[in-house]
Amino acid sequence: MTAQPRRLAEGGRIDRSRVLDFTFHGRAMQGYAGDTLASALLANGVDVVSRSFKYARPRGIVGHGPEEPNAILHLGNGAVSTPNLRATEVELFDGLEARSTGSGPQRLVGAFSRFLPAGFYYKTFMQPPWLWMTWERLLRRAAGFGEAPDGRDPDTYDKMNHHCDVLVVGAGPAGLAAALEAARAGARVLIADERPEFGGSLLARSLTVAGTSGADWVEETMAALSSCPDATLLPRATVSGYYDHNFFTILERRTDHLGDADAGGTRQRLHRVRARQSVLATGAIERPLVFANNDLPGVMLASAVSAYVNRYAVAPGDRLVLFTTNDGAYQTAMDWQRIGREVVAVVDARQHPEGALVQSAMEAGIDVIPGHGVIEALGRARVGSAVIAPLDDQGDTLASPSRRLECDLIAQSGGWSPTLHLSSQTGTRPRWSGAAAAFLPGALGERGLCAGAVTGKRSLRECIEEGASAGALAASRAGFGDGETTLATPDTGESPEASSRALYLVPHEKPVSRAPKQFVDLQTDVTAADIQLAAREGYTSVEHVKRYTALGFGTDQGKLGNVNGVAILADALGQEIDATGTTMFRPAYTPMTFGAAAGRDTGDMFDPERHTPMHAWHEAHGATWEDVGRWKRPRYYPQPGETMRQAVDRECLAVRDGVAIFDASTLGKIDIQGSDAAVFLDRVYTTGFRRLGVGRCRYGLMLHENGYIFDDGVTARMAENRYLLHTTTGNAEAVYAWLEFWRQTEWRELDVHLTSVTDHWATAAVVGPQSRDVLRKVCTDIDFDSDAFRFMDVREGHIAGIPARVFRISFSGELSFEVNVPANHGRHVWDALIEAGTEFDITPYGTEAMHVLRAEKGFIIVGQDTDGSVTPADVGMDWAVRRNKAYGFLGDRSLTLAHHLREDRFQLVGLATADPATVLPEGAQLVEEPGHRPPVAMEGHVTSSYYSARLSRSIALAMVKRGSKRTGQILYAPLADGRIISATIVSPVFYDPKGVRQNA
Amino acid sequence: MLHIRCPYCQEMRSEEEFSNAGEAHIRRPPDPAALSDAEWGDYLHFRKNPRGPHREVWVHTAGCRRYFNVLRDTVSYEILDVYPAGVPDPDAPEETTP
Repeated sequence: MTAQPRRLAEGGRIDRSRVLDFTFHGRAMQGYAGDTLASALLANGVDVVSRSFKYARPRGIVGHGPEEPNAILHLGNGAVSTPNLRATEVELFDGLEARSTGSGPQRLVGAFSRFLPAGFYYKTFMQPPWLWMTWERLLRRAAGFGEAPDGRDPDTYDKMNHHCDVLVVGAGPAGLAAALEAARAGARVLIADERPEFGGSLLARSLTVAGTSGADWVEETMAALSSCPDATLLPRATVSGYYDHNFFTILERRTDHLGDADAGGTRQRLHRVRARQSVLATGAIERPLVFANNDLPGVMLASAVSAYVNRYAVAPGDRLVLFTTNDGAYQTAMDWQRIGREVVAVVDARQHPEGALVQSAMEAGIDVIPGHGVIEALGRARVGSAVIAPLDDQGDTLASPSRRLECDLIAQSGGWSPTLHLSSQTGTRPRWSGAAAAFLPGALGERGLCAGAVTGKRSLRECIEEGASAGALAASRAGFGDGETTLATPDTGESPEASSRALYLVPHEKPVSRAPKQFVDLQTDVTAADIQLAAREGYTSVEHVKRYTALGFGTDQGKLGNVNGVAILADALGQEIDATGTTMFRPAYTPMTFGAAAGRDTGDMFDPERHTPMHAWHEAHGATWEDVGRWKRPRYYPQPGETMRQAVDRECLAVRDGVAIFDASTLGKIDIQGSDAAVFLDRVYTTGFRRLGVGRCRYGLMLHENGYIFDDGVTARMAENRYLLHTTTGNAEAVYAWLEFWRQTEWRELDVHLTSVTDHWATAAVVGPQSRDVLRKVCTDIDFDSDAFRFMDVREGHIAGIPARVFRISFSGELSFEVNVPANHGRHVWDALIEAGTEFDITPYGTEAMHVLRAEKGFIIVGQDTDGSVTPADVGMDWAVRRNKAYGFLGDRSLTLAHHLREDRFQLVGLATADPATVLPEGAQLVEEPGHRPPVAMEGHVTSSYYSARLSRSIALAMVKRGSKRTGQILYAPLADGRIISATIVSPVFYDPKGVRQNA
Repeated sequence: MLHIRCPYCQEMRSEEEFSNAGEAHIRRPPDPAALSDAEWGDYLHFRKNPRGPHREVWVHTAGCRRYFNVLRDTVSYEILDVYPAGVPDPDAPEETTP
């Protein structure tokens, strides 16, 4: 076996002294430091790197950068594997393991490929709908979308924020010139390039600048740039997103190229950059030509062939046919000849090629065939010959019969497509330039410039000049320098290129629909026939055709195929290309890892948890947790051997019969002060607060202006001009923002101040007939007699030696005292209450028992029994609404809208199931007739449902149409499992309807 | 991601520190009870949706927590002006005393 049979003996920017071992599909191979995985595969003579997405056709490497559509490989195994990497961008490292992403029963699909036109899946697999899931699973496996890693990613990722004056995207000739000009003007410059080495095309092409090689010019420019104090150079860094107001994301790959050799460090870093000015020097990507079987391995971009020869010292074949529409690509033929390989012919689509490069090639003895095109490639797993034929002047038919050229490599160049993805992400529409035969970036406004090949510039000299001017202008816009360039225009020795020919679809002897497949988008297997079919079927918008055919839908976002596809569509529609337009591009420019997007925000850092001061006690006592907003709240405290139901029953009965304790610290608390505090509260709550006495509490409903319940809670008057407002746990932030909105914008004249004090206080609710006895043991300066400390009173005193506020309020319907102490003393006071309660067998209870207890009393939970379309009247709470205030409270006017006065609104009711042991599922729909076949009118739905240990039966709350007038009626809940549960409409207050217990 | 100058903090800060609170300069009717259902419905639900400059309320949620007004172009997303809450609508016809 010859090691690296296609490696050239000399040249290239590789280090032959460092041999790297790697495997491809388990086959051991070798490459050199400086190789990409793609160049190493080519050096080892690998022709077929993957099977195509839809037709499972063999595919080889086409490009040498982010445009690569075929060599999409999977690296590594298990948790450290990365799917869907472009081999052209993967730097080779020792021990690399690669395989192609697609694997599966593709031969099968291949045999049916004739019957897979555009939109085939839409047309075929739609009926019956339930079958689609089965088809989709099979098709996905056949197509091979790669595998997700199977474990937790062991690598670390992070994010970094920057500000800079000028961000330069791309470090080719234009970008380097721009960065140097901007840095010399004194601007803080950041320049990023996706490649490991700066230099762009200069490293891949045989060009000279000012008498030295391109590589030397790059080195000199970088040295000058590095000596500027405020220039940051980021190689291996893809500018992946360009967002509003010059915000960029840059994905820097820091250790990927080291493989497993590097154990530590951050694998990838996402830079978040806010730039005053930006220069997009993103270059251009060579455009392929659309001819029959143009997907055969051995059909490559001309620029890629040159790059493999010049940069990696690899000759991806022996006998070359170059198919071009322009002068520039002739350099590839010259490169090929220089390394001693055979140039079979240059097939030029132009009738009279006559540029300087053409002359040089002819003088070098290269056979140039003008006015011809390669109409078809022949071969099985690799090109064996090219079929060429004369093209007529229009380029849509053949002038005379075809002939064959034996070859194993077809290099193609249909011109260049500017890399306008980033500019397009800002929302600016690319515009078609007939002169450049390309879409050019739209205007970027005052903060962005484009320079170099991305603006359609073709010569190195123009690119450097434009880059320098853009750099100087960007710096001066950012406040540095006068915008004049300092760089001398380098002599590149280039001759002007003659005009090129626009050719988007090479005609064949057969019509498009009959010819062998002419691929437009290799990654998604879209052919010229597919696009014409879409046009025939009535698709006229390029965005619709994209979605119908999948053109540009691959991870490469159509970097190669887009322009040809648009042009073929325009032709089929009888339009100009600029009328058809192009699809827009979204971030990211190339795919990025989830790890980089997440950064350090994983595991415990993913989402913060809020813990009450008593959290550790709950944990030590076996609490199970309920997440409410970000709070962790104890749900119930199971004792050994207890089920949830048994624990909740025990906790509920302790509240009703003895004494229990509940951590209510999570309730939102807002301190309201000012001489207009009462006026303010009157406006935001349905209830009135002006006449509330100091030391008293009042319940209120908060409505949005549309009249629907938004929050509820108890507000206490602590002093003449000071109130404490309680919100529900989950709504604290929203209520605070809502109140501040009105205070700051509409009611600026009110003297009122709001402070969120939720976290400042710990709250322990001591609940049950014996609660008074417990509190008397830990408090001597508050009189707990029922005449002195009435229901809805608040008192201040000391609990266990700590200054405390005690609220006699109740969400369970029992005698209840809520003890508030400064948060830092919360655990101390909780422990003291538990100790004092031990002789009464004080029982901690959680949110589940709290829910059962309040449902027994018919108390609603906002957000559970209400859903944002419920008025106070709907839940029978008119008693909490004061309609005759001087200033209508928020939502007041909406309560009398005709829609809200209708009698057939959904209203809160209780439900008692016929079988007391059956608990209705929450969310169950209610109907009038059992066994009615759908469709059937829904009469309502269950909002809360529990088993009540006190009542020895199930209880439920429901919203039912005209519910308040239907007491005694029977409704039915047909369940998904086939059961039909019948229940009678009853009062929503199941327990102690007169409220005797809480007033005890 | 927008870059917004908070008129209170006097600093350019990133959008993620702010929240949008809808259209600016919507006055609550002084006497809601005097309005017909349709008039009240206009106040409740109807909002401008211009293509171009739009006055809107923002709040510096993760900063000073104060509300302010922004004139933002809904096409280019350029921010043309920021000013504190309470400043009268510059586009409104000048009020004249009867």
